[in-house]
Amino acid sequence: MSNKQNLIVIGNGMVGHKFLEVMAEKNATEKYNLITFCEESRVAYDRVNLSGYFSGKSAEDLSLVEPNFYEENNIQIHIGDKAVSIDRAKKTVTSAEGQELRYDKLVLATGSYPFVPPIKGKDVPGTFVYRTIDDLEAMEDYAKTSKVGVVVGGGLLGLECANALRNMGLETHVVEFAPRLMPVQIDDAGGTILKNKIEELGVTVHTEKNTTEIISENGKIAKMTFADGTELATDMIVFSAGIRPRDELARNHDLEIGDRGGIVINDFCQTSDPDIYAIGECALYNQRIYGLVAPGYQMATVAADALTETAEPTTFTGADMSTKLKLLGVDVASFGDNFGRSPDSREIAVNDSVKGIYKKLVLNKDGSRLLGGILVGDADDYGTLLQFTQNDIALPPHPEDLLMPPREGQAAAGIGIDSFPDTAQICSCNNVSKGDLISTIHDQQLTDIGSVKKCTSAGTGCGGCVPLVTTIMKSEMKKMGLTVKNDICEHFAYSRQELYSLVRFHKIKTFADLISQFGTGLGCEVCKPAVTSMLAATWNEHILEQSHAGLQDTNDRFLANTQKDGTYSIIPRIPGGEITPEKLIVLGEVAKEFELYTKITGAQRVDLFGARLDQLPDIWRRLIDAGFESGHAYGKALRTVKSCVGSTWCRYGVQDSVSFAIEVEERYRGLRAPHKLKSAVSGCTRECAEAQSKDFGIIATENGWNLYLCGNGGMKPQHAVLFASDLDKETVIKYLDRFLIFYIRTADKLERTATWFSKLEGGMDYLREVIIEDSLGIGDELEAQMQTLVDTYECEWKAAIENPDKLKLFRSFINTDAVDPNLVYVEERHQKRPATEEERKVLSAIS
Amino acid sequence: MTQTLTTRENTAVQQWITVCALTDIFPNTGVCALVNEQQVAIFRVQTNGEDKVFALSNYDPFSKANVLSRGILGDRQGVIKVAAPIYKQNFNLATGECLDDESVSVTTYPVQVIEGRVQVGI
Repeated sequence: MSNKQNLIVIGNGMVGHKFLEVMAEKNATEKYNLITFCEESRVAYDRVNLSGYFSGKSAEDLSLVEPNFYEENNIQIHIGDKAVSIDRAKKTVTSAEGQELRYDKLVLATGSYPFVPPIKGKDVPGTFVYRTIDDLEAMEDYAKTSKVGVVVGGGLLGLECANALRNMGLETHVVEFAPRLMPVQIDDAGGTILKNKIEELGVTVHTEKNTTEIISENGKIAKMTFADGTELATDMIVFSAGIRPRDELARNHDLEIGDRGGIVINDFCQTSDPDIYAIGECALYNQRIYGLVAPGYQMATVAADALTETAEPTTFTGADMSTKLKLLGVDVASFGDNFGRSPDSREIAVNDSVKGIYKKLVLNKDGSRLLGGILVGDADDYGTLLQFTQNDIALPPHPEDLLMPPREGQAAAGIGIDSFPDTAQICSCNNVSKGDLISTIHDQQLTDIGSVKKCTSAGTGCGGCVPLVTTIMKSEMKKMGLTVKNDICEHFAYSRQELYSLVRFHKIKTFADLISQFGTGLGCEVCKPAVTSMLAATWNEHILEQSHAGLQDTNDRFLANTQKDGTYSIIPRIPGGEITPEKLIVLGEVAKEFELYTKITGAQRVDLFGARLDQLPDIWRRLIDAGFESGHAYGKALRTVKSCVGSTWCRYGVQDSVSFAIEVEERYRGLRAPHKLKSAVSGCTRECAEAQSKDFGIIATENGWNLYLCGNGGMKPQHAVLFASDLDKETVIKYLDRFLIFYIRTADKLERTATWFSKLEGGMDYLREVIIEDSLGIGDELEAQMQTLVDTYECEWKAAIENPDKLKLFRSFINTDAVDPNLVYVEERHQKRPATEEERKVLSAIS
Repeated sequence: MTQTLTTRENTAVQQWITVCALTDIFPNTGVCALVNEQQVAIFRVQTNGEDKVFALSNYDPFSKANVLSRGILGDRQGVIKVAAPIYKQNFNLATGECLDDESVSVTTYPVQVIEGRVQVGI
């Protein structure tokens, strides 16, 4: 103990705490007694995510200190006691509570304070700054009696603060002196996009406003006035107009201070007194204050290296101010030479005010290197782009492609992670290089992103690099010969494909058997429906059997499609989209009788909305009597086989597409698959049924039928690929039998055929080998499984209404026939629809 | 969207209201009962043949619809929970806390099975 030196850290903010963490890691407690003063009543917390406090995070959630960190590392912490003076001659620090402690080495991590512009009335009640949890609590308290809040300052922190005000339910305004928001990070074009996006969220932005006075009435803020003569009424004002270093201790004790404040430091974070160091926002390096956390963390490491006499100490030589943030839900990033200030630099930009995306790249003269850039609205590529800049990597021949989403069928522009040098800095918050990541992943055999983050601390700061870290991890796992884990959920250590094999091989017929033999726990909303789909595709038992009850999502469980208010919609099967007038009249009568909202679907069917659970059996009794059957719109199953009218009526049609569509639909109706299945048959090459956007599509030719597979409309459109040409009907059916069962056996959970196909090694050639040439020798088996399913098909609704036990499910309440009083509707275009929140309030006020 | 959690201890129960037989609820599913004009979701969880019964408000604060009784039951790291059927947030059956957003929870109700009858306490 007596040999140990005293090392005092003044300030327990993010950087001060980081310094102590690094010292603890380096076992510096063997050399030093570590002592720290913390002015606030709380130990270090995450100031960067302060607005999270208003979206439900507690002060504990924001804390950066692991429980017992100080005790375990023998660090003396003085919470709520501020260091007020230093005696450099005696080498002592005195605190507000009168403690005087001797130091051998001193680290100043005093941070900064919010700058409040000298405006008349700036100190009246109702004005705040935004820095500490105490500030937030004061704001929250005051906001309870306020309706309008203004943030002065449209920088990074100002917008965070606007988010906080918005989360408190205030009408929120941002007032910025400059002509645009975030003037340091983004340019005018980016500022306009950001402003539009933020205003869409209900925050009003006022730029080029110079506040002149805050006027109070009756002791409360009433309004603020601006130099241009305008004014803005408000109840509270938060200043977020920049930071100033807290350098008073250094100033009072004759350490060197910059002209505009800040404690001057050298490359080792040493001040003009060699025994005193300064780190974080209080320090001035090369005439510059670094107001971001990443450079502060770098300084903490540098100072720790110097103080522990590390063999190869790091130095601080300035920091990259690149940053990626989500402000009010809008991605904003800027990096490198964002304003194109380098001589002869050039720019490429995309300004999409429709989608609200702005991207600008600054290139060198010959366009071979990326110097910097700005991203607003979509900053997903930030990590990759930053690597180009930081590691001086040559750009691909068409750098403009970096701004565009990948075109159909092409890989995204950019470069593979393998071409990054090992020195590439992947995580700039915690300074983790690609080489560090790779060696840790190999040494410790890491196989999940959680462990990688824990062992390397990459991705634990701003989180912006997590996608890159994940890519590196997967790439290294492949190199180590490890398979990337694809478990269905925490209850089964198997992929969907593996589980499916277990079900078939062990002839498992219930979820309970499967989980007791091959899983753990009770299951969940992921594995239960997935397993039920496998059981249905293998054994085709009724979906409402008691052993399957509770495994299905509400759609499959109640054989109808849940809508947002908890009622259901009903889609009867209309094979091929062909319907008689009599059946159409029945649909109209049922809709009228049960007051159902009626709409034609995209798949040539009729959807009836707004049925309560207890009405479903009555509605279906009527529909079944009229000859309808379940349309399986609620299931991960075959939906419709859409058709054009074909050669029976159309003067261009070459084959009878309607008849074939009905035949195909009736064969595969009710087929349970990893995801929904859509299909269409077109009667000629004009393709009116849009078969090429379906999981399987058939197009008539002069000589027969062309079969297209693995297309997709919807979220990620993908054209189906021509599988075989000029087939007769029997061959189409044979290929489809094999294709569908092969897909069901091998696809991942919730994987549409298009995604499954994109991952299929060997692509369409391989699929042709398996299905046409039967290269795996399973053709007969696949056809037999399909035939069993076809032979055992029954309409689920018909089975349900004939079984009193199953009907018991369809009750709103177990103990009464009452109905949910929470359902409220309004009329629009002569039909009902659920009332909006606003309409509900009005309606309930009337009643 | 903060909802107050009111876990009422059985000792505070003034009256037990019988809503159905335990066998009216399929194992590992839920039903909804109307108790004193409140919609109560009642869940029967069966492990190794042993039944546990839970009761929560049927109101899903995320979708603002009365649907929790129709969610899929299961566990997350051993915590027994229901997944809301509309947007899939998970709720702890014992405490009503939302496992995906700790600022949200739903009301829980005392519930017991006496001689095969399920009773909710108010």
